[in-house]
Amino acid sequence: MSEVLVLIDAVDGKVSKPSLELLTIARAIGAPSAVVFGDADTATLSGYGAEKIYTYADQAFQDFLVAPKAEALAALIAEKSPAAVLVPSSAEGKEIAARAALKSGSGLITDAVEVAVDGGNITTTQSVFAGSYTVAAKVTKGAPVIAVKPNSVAPVEAAGAGAVEAVSFEVSDAAKGAKIVTSEPKAASGRPELAEAAIVVSGGRGTGGDFSEVEGLADALGAAVGASRAAVDSGWISHTFQVGQTGKTVSPQLYIAAGISGAIQHRAGMQTSKTIVAINKDEEAPLFELVDFGVVGDLKTVLPQATVEINKRKG
Amino acid sequence: MTKIVVAVKYVPDATADRTFESDNTVDRENVDGLLSELDEYAVEQALQVVEAGDGEVTVLTVGPDDAADAVRKALQMGADAGVHVVDDAIAGSDAFATSLVLAKAIEKLDYDLVFFGMASTDAGMGVVPTLVAERLGLPAVTYASEVTVNGDTVSIRRDGDAASQTIEATGKVVVSVTDQTGEARYPSFKGIMAAKKKNVDEWSLADLGIDASEVGLDNAWTGVESNSPRPPRAAGEIVTDEGDGGLKLVEFLAGKKFV
Repeated sequence: MSEVLVLIDAVDGKVSKPSLELLTIARAIGAPSAVVFGDADTATLSGYGAEKIYTYADQAFQDFLVAPKAEALAALIAEKSPAAVLVPSSAEGKEIAARAALKSGSGLITDAVEVAVDGGNITTTQSVFAGSYTVAAKVTKGAPVIAVKPNSVAPVEAAGAGAVEAVSFEVSDAAKGAKIVTSEPKAASGRPELAEAAIVVSGGRGTGGDFSEVEGLADALGAAVGASRAAVDSGWISHTFQVGQTGKTVSPQLYIAAGISGAIQHRAGMQTSKTIVAINKDEEAPLFELVDFGVVGDLKTVLPQATVEINKRKG
Repeated sequence: MTKIVVAVKYVPDATADRTFESDNTVDRENVDGLLSELDEYAVEQALQVVEAGDGEVTVLTVGPDDAADAVRKALQMGADAGVHVVDDAIAGSDAFATSLVLAKAIEKLDYDLVFFGMASTDAGMGVVPTLVAERLGLPAVTYASEVTVNGDTVSIRRDGDAASQTIEATGKVVVSVTDQTGEARYPSFKGIMAAKKKNVDEWSLADLGIDASEVGLDNAWTGVESNSPRPPRAAGEIVTDEGDGGLKLVEFLAGKKFV
C-alpha cells in the first residue's frame, strides 16, 4: 500500500486535533506516514494509525519560517512518491504545502473541507465565495498535496506500527532567510481552540466591549469564544479570536453570534456552521437570514439568562 | 531609496453575487470588479515605508483588461507607477502559474522589496506570496500584522495560533501583510488627479519570456470539477425577547441536544 505523508502539527510534543484528523483521512488513501519537525508524541501518532514516523531534529526547522520545512518535505515527496500529502490548512501549513508542491511538481489544493477517496481517485470539496458555493476539485499532476481544514472528519483511533525513522536533512542556506527572532506562546485560555471547537460563541459590536456575557455562555456550553472584525478593530479582543475572512473560518456544530450584524466579512468565516443562532437588538440584522434560531433582544440580558438556565439544567 | 513592488489582484466584488463560468473558473465578466480589499493594506504599508524615507512604489497586477482598474486605484492612493501583465493565455491560471508570471515581472523591475496582501478575496488560498518568494529565491516574511523596515532589514510581527512571533529578513524580501497592519487610505482628490498622469506599462507573456504552455486553465496542476451554490438555509425561528428570550434559546439548544 502506498504511503501517505501527513504533516504533523504539535505544540510542546502534544499532537493537535487537526493532525489526528489528517491521519484518519490518510488511512482511507494508503498507509499514513507522519512527518514531524521537532517533537511529537509518537504513541499518539501510532494510536491514530501512523505506520511510519519521520522525524527531523535540525534546529533550523525551529529557527526559520516555512522554507526549511518545505524543502525537507519536497525531498521526502521526491524520495517516497506518496499517494498523497496531507497538511493542516493553517497559514503555515498552506505555505509549506505550496512550496513543497511547486518544488516536486505536484498540484495543490488548500482549504479542503472534505476528502473523498474512490479507488485511486481523490476528490476534495472546498467552500468558496464566503461559503456561498462549494466546489469539487482534483489534483491533475504529481502527488496530490492537500491542505485540509480542521473539523473535516472526526479523528478515529486505529493502531499503526509507528516505526520511527530519524531523517537527517541538511537545510540549504537559501531556506534560512526568514529568521524567527522572538516567539511568545499565546496564553492558554482554558477553552477549546476556536478553529477546532464543536461550539463557538462569538461577540460583536453589540457587546460594547464587554465580553463577560459571551464568555459566560461559552463556558456553560464548553465552547470557544469568537469575535467579529468590528470587535477586534475596536481593540476589545485579540485578532486571534476573529471569525471571518481575515480571521478564522469555523464550521462548528453550533455557532452562536451575539451582537453581530453579519457583514460578508463575518459570514465568510461561519456560514458553513451546522446550526446557527443569533442574538441581536436589531431585527433587520442580516445574520438573521442565516439562522436556525434567533432572538431579537439585548444580549446583555438574553445571554446571562440562558447561561443561568444551562447551568441549572446541568445541575 | 527603497523601491517597492506591490502585487495586487483585481477581484469580483465580494459583496455582489459571485458565480462561475461554464468551465468552473471565476466569473469575472458579469460581476463588478475592484482592487482586492486585502491588497489595499499592502499598498498602504508600502506607501508608509516610502513616505518615512525615500523611495518609490510600483504596483503590479496580472489580469484581464479591466484589471487596470485595480492598478489605477493603487496609483490614486499614491503609488508612483504601474505594470499590468495582460495576455489571453493567462486566463484560468492556478496559483503556480500566477506566481510564475508575477516572479518574471518582478525580476524585470528594479526593486528592493515586494509587498502582497495576505490573500485574495476570491480564490483566497494565500499562497502566492510564498510561491513568488520561492521562485525568486528570496526570504518571505508573511502574514505580517506589523511591518518595520530599517535599512535593509525587514521585521514583522506574525500572530499565529500558538505564538506571536517576530520574524526578520535582510536584503530583497517578500512581505505579505494582514488587515491588522492598519486601515488603508482613501484616494484624495489630489491623488485621483495625479494618478491620471502616472505611467502604466502593459506587458504580455512574450515580454516576460513565458511560453503559453506554462500558464492558463489547460496547464493548471489542479482542476475544479464542479461547483454548486450552497443550498439556501431553511428559514429559522425568530423570537422577540419579552423577558424570556434566554429561556427560549435554551429550549432550542436542548431540543438540538446541545444542552
